[in-house]
Amino acid sequence: MEASSHDVLLVGGGGAGLRAAIAAAEVNPQLNIAVLSKVYPMRSHTVSAEGGAAGVAKSDDSLDEHAYDTISGGDWLPDQDAVEEFVREAPQELSQLERWGCPWNREPDGHIAVRAFGGMKKMRTWFAADKTGFHMLHTLFQTSLKYQPITRYDEWFVTKLLVDEGRVRGVVAIELMTGRIQAVLAKAVILCTGGCGRVFPFTTNANIKSGDGMALAYRAGAPLKDMEFVQYHPTGLPFTGILITEAARAEGGYMLNKDGYRYLQDYNLGKPEPKPVLRCMELGPRDRLSQAFVHEDKKGRTTSTPYGPVVHLDLRHLGEKLINAKLPFVRELCQKYQNIDPVRELIPVRPVVHYMMGGVSTDIQGATPLEGLYAAGEVACVSINGANRLGSNSLPECLVFGARAGKAAAEYASTHEAENGAILAQAADEEARLKAEFLDKRGGSERIANIRSEMQATIENSAGIYREEASLKEGQHKLHELHERFNHISLDDRSHTFNTELESALELGFMLEVAQSIVTAAMHRTESRGAHQRTDHPARDDAKFLTHSLIYRSADGRPRVEYSPVKITRWPPGERVYGQQAHQTQQAAKRVS
Amino acid sequence: MAEAAKEKIVIEIARYSPETDHEPHFESYEVPVKREWVVLDALNHIKDNVDGSLTYRWSCRMGICGSCGMMVNGEPKLTCATFLSNYAKDGGKIRVEPLRYFPIVRDLVTEIGGFVQKLKKAKPWLIRITEPKLSEDRFLQTPEQLDRYKQFSMCINCTLCYAACPVVGLDPIFIGPAALALAQRYNMDSRDEGSAERTAVLAHPDGVWGCTFVGECTRVCPKHVDPAGAIQQYKIAAVFDWLKSFVTPRGRDASSSAAND
Repeated sequence: MEASSHDVLLVGGGGAGLRAAIAAAEVNPQLNIAVLSKVYPMRSHTVSAEGGAAGVAKSDDSLDEHAYDTISGGDWLPDQDAVEEFVREAPQELSQLERWGCPWNREPDGHIAVRAFGGMKKMRTWFAADKTGFHMLHTLFQTSLKYQPITRYDEWFVTKLLVDEGRVRGVVAIELMTGRIQAVLAKAVILCTGGCGRVFPFTTNANIKSGDGMALAYRAGAPLKDMEFVQYHPTGLPFTGILITEAARAEGGYMLNKDGYRYLQDYNLGKPEPKPVLRCMELGPRDRLSQAFVHEDKKGRTTSTPYGPVVHLDLRHLGEKLINAKLPFVRELCQKYQNIDPVRELIPVRPVVHYMMGGVSTDIQGATPLEGLYAAGEVACVSINGANRLGSNSLPECLVFGARAGKAAAEYASTHEAENGAILAQAADEEARLKAEFLDKRGGSERIANIRSEMQATIENSAGIYREEASLKEGQHKLHELHERFNHISLDDRSHTFNTELESALELGFMLEVAQSIVTAAMHRTESRGAHQRTDHPARDDAKFLTHSLIYRSADGRPRVEYSPVKITRWPPGERVYGQQAHQTQQAAKRVS
Repeated sequence: MAEAAKEKIVIEIARYSPETDHEPHFESYEVPVKREWVVLDALNHIKDNVDGSLTYRWSCRMGICGSCGMMVNGEPKLTCATFLSNYAKDGGKIRVEPLRYFPIVRDLVTEIGGFVQKLKKAKPWLIRITEPKLSEDRFLQTPEQLDRYKQFSMCINCTLCYAACPVVGLDPIFIGPAALALAQRYNMDSRDEGSAERTAVLAHPDGVWGCTFVGECTRVCPKHVDPAGAIQQYKIAAVFDWLKSFVTPRGRDASSSAAND
């Protein structure tokens, strides 16, 4: 089998991966660094992020306030030492991106402009119009081109991490263009493959977000942390999952059920007023709005469509002039990608999966418990997001922890020897497995798309916005059955040239693994916290669950759960409250610290 | 919204596998027409339910990742932003082919490694010659200075402009619209001092002077980047520089630093 060899290998070329590659190259320019991704780097999902990136920038703000917002927003599950490092380095990283050319929006005097964002009590969100992720990714990609030590493997798909005596030694990957299966060896491997939204039926995530890195690490023996915490956004377009920003509601949009009634008034979110009121009705927190949708559906007051039940977002009363002036991107998205004009029509919306708080467990330097393996970005769980991520914290997380993982991996690679080549036998076994289970297999009967959509329906029904023991057990059972059926899939495509069906099959295998870890973690956390809501255990239980869940893969393939304590530095757990109460709680917390 | 699909449309797709075919051929598929379905949704429908070997790239389905460009009835299009219903109206059919002027890997997938090399040739990163003047660890840049290059920074690398450009068709070495616009994006950035360094690539016969100003690139650009405008802007600046070099010694240096004030 062919093999290539590097000092540091990045798997994934989005925001975290490119930042890590540049950091590694700057730590030690002698290192041989490779970025391997299943897509060209500028196609990575970072490109879709719209809103912005949080980092303290103005004199009326402080690092402690950003830390407190992040910790309380995460329902006291974030590790506070990680959050403190994060808020300290976020402004430095955003400034670094500025020096690399990122077109941040500016004040008239040339300083960085910041905007307000949900859950952030001060304006600290840097933005590049409504395409922040796009500009960050392209700036990083273009800047990475000037670093000679960085080699790229564009459109290569990793199937396995190579592990020998408890240490990661590289990966096995398929070059999509030729179908060639090859070992790519490295002293240190950093996973930056992003999230797994595609496990769910309705998601804002791009097609490539199939949890590859999570499954690769999990299969290699590394634990997944806090997988039960899945963030829903209340207003996505059904079918495409395209996100309709909170700004549409902030400008005065109404949420209507099938009777044209502003149903949020029935869920302790205040009284309907003609004009928007902060923290009331349509401007309540994301999780509460998503939960209200579930209740409304149970009451039979949603509208059914081929893509499941929906409610409607009504912007018509705002008028064409205001919509064009304030919400041009909302109108463009609706018109161009869903064929709806919000000036004249109701926008069908439903809660859609947006972000995974959980991921591969890492320490504050991005190192996983498996020697030689690092992770950063959405694939990882440090954790700074805890039970619920605040909007505009994920882009700076990619930068801060991408840079940290890049440095740590570069230092590790500078002081450790390469493996002697014995690992290639393991790579040859992986090649044989890929042929036996997929390319050369005959007689299967299951279609990929069928198993995939059943998996998505299963996880939505069992580990959706609300969970309970019975539905989670049913989900576990069904996922186990789908795993069995996955062994009987049949490929139409046996070609070696750009075989996207083989890629879809491997992604489905990864997603089934990740789905099981989500359901298992949700089953064992018998409390409600942040995005994890158990109808049979509605209260937060700090005595028992101020802990991170860690899911390990047992020898028989079944998930096993352990727990580790949350790190508290200066902010003892308090109540997660919004509106009037929030200010008082924060003052009380300050006095304690 | 998503009413039951009564209508159907025939979609002809160029198929090609280097392992079995000498040249591309067309295969026809009948797909339902739903109001919110785009050409890409039809391809996904076929791949999921009819023929899993159909090969194409896609990811975000919201016009930002730049993966899903194809020729639709002879026009370069992002297939995630091209509704089936636009074609069904006239009882017409849809013909989908890989983007023109690129080598075909398989079916609708083109080889874009050469395109990415061209982007790199434009040196698309901030180049500084002098010690940067920073405020709070950062450059200052006014909204007006941002506006001068902002439009050229919106390129999603979808390569539609290459498929539209007759010069790319005649001369595959021509650096092409997106790479030229990208070079100009940095040349026009008030923080950059690299325009002289980029001249070697831009002023080459395969650089801006290859462009015959047909303007097709700008017409097909889904993000309104206006590569043709970038190229014209650069040509004018380059001629001005060249003339100036006769008048003042080191004229090029003077004008490039003036552009970066």
